Amino acid sequence: MRSVCVVGASLAGSRAAQTLRSEGFDGTITMVGEEPHRPYDRPPLSKQVLAGDWQPERTALSAGLDDGLDLDWRLGVRATGLDLTARRVSLADGTAVAYDGLVIATGATPRRLAGTEDMAGVHVLRTVDDCLALRADLDRAPLRVVVVGAGFIGAEVAATCRRRGIEVTLVEALSVPLGRVLGTEIGSLCGELHRDHGVDLRLGTGVEGMDGADRVERVRLADGSAVDADAVVVGVGVTPATGWLEGSGLVLDDGVVCDETCLAAPGVVAAGDVARWTHAHVGEAMRVEHWDNAVQQGAHAARRLLAGEGPGAGQPYCPVPWFWSDQYDRKIQLAGRAGLDAEVAVVMGSLSERRFVALYGRDGQVIGALAMNWPAQAVRWRVRIADGVAWDDALTEARAGDRP
Amino acid sequence: MSPEVAVDRDRCMGSGNCAFHAPGTFDLDDDLKAVVVDAAGDPADALARAVEGCPTAAITVTPGGEREAPVEPDG
Repeated sequence: MRSVCVVGASLAGSRAAQTLRSEGFDGTITMVGEEPHRPYDRPPLSKQVLAGDWQPERTALSAGLDDGLDLDWRLGVRATGLDLTARRVSLADGTAVAYDGLVIATGATPRRLAGTEDMAGVHVLRTVDDCLALRADLDRAPLRVVVVGAGFIGAEVAATCRRRGIEVTLVEALSVPLGRVLGTEIGSLCGELHRDHGVDLRLGTGVEGMDGADRVERVRLADGSAVDADAVVVGVGVTPATGWLEGSGLVLDDGVVCDETCLAAPGVVAAGDVARWTHAHVGEAMRVEHWDNAVQQGAHAARRLLAGEGPGAGQPYCPVPWFWSDQYDRKIQLAGRAGLDAEVAVVMGSLSERRFVALYGRDGQVIGALAMNWPAQAVRWRVRIADGVAWDDALTEARAGDRP
Repeated sequence: MSPEVAVDRDRCMGSGNCAFHAPGTFDLDDDLKAVVVDAAGDPADALARAVEGCPTAAITVTPGGEREAPVEPDG
């Protein structure tokens, strides 16, 4: 293998490139990125950068600064197609990149609400340019912001806006924010956090439409009410960016379908938000949109590529998914998986003091642990889940050790 | 000679990722920030995962041999 093309110049792609080099690959690495920017980190965009505390330069990732990696940058140009047989990626500017190995790390695209795609003042938050456009609107005080979707992005944007003294209405179609992800009880608590900080939380109603002359002025809700808005942020999830792979022969099903090792086809691996792989320990296909997964899967995919194409090559990718969310003065960390159908038990602390550990279980095993403002316990349970721990043993162990 | 490991407390956001990857090296203190408990507490690959897994790039590792060459005893 003499040349690798990495499509997607963000976190997963950067980590793949860094890992290729640290593992001794000395061939050509071409980094193709749709955005004009060198790789940067996205978590601060909904927090420090949106708040105005950081300038965007501070989010730069080391792979973008380190010329020692000897990367061939093709930024500001989108990949438009893939020829698996010829091993060639075609780009929007009419050129093509030939490769021996391909890393697909094109991430995901935020969903928008039909009819509002081109309306001024209606934002999504994914890229640094999205963030700066929204921040420019937030700088025009006084302001009322409507956030659509009380998932993690919406919740963090609401919290950042409140910190800036901006009136926020948070609209969520589900009756419990994050209910499908975290369960009813903990999801309800997340809703209370918003109300405690002065957010007008509207649950169980969708958005009917938006009105405005030159820009958005009002959001009409499905329950018949309307909310005035100077700016709207839509945080209703993302779609894996696989459009450029249609017809390539790769299997696409809510992401690029990979085997247990992150291999999608001979010489082709995928990592980050775009990759759907089979988790060998869990026995299910999954796609994970977290920062930590982009880091680990990017590195894993690079090693997989270097392992070659023979039978049995490469190791299965079996992480304990892990993420965090900072909202107001609370830090939420989830190790493993949760879900509405999981059993939930608060084993340390309490919901009322808003410092607790909750375990999620299924089939007699602990599958996830959520810690609010308790990072040391988040780490502890992440280790236990990685090792595998029975539900009953975990409850006994946790309650015996319920001391701060 | 063991490496020097430092955590920038202004950058640290208390993810705990370092303590997961390199539990012998890092712990979290009462301010929910990472502290180094033993710079030689983990193998080099675990330490490397902790460094690259830090969401705020708050960990720096200085290889031990760089500051002054250690004198190795015979045998």
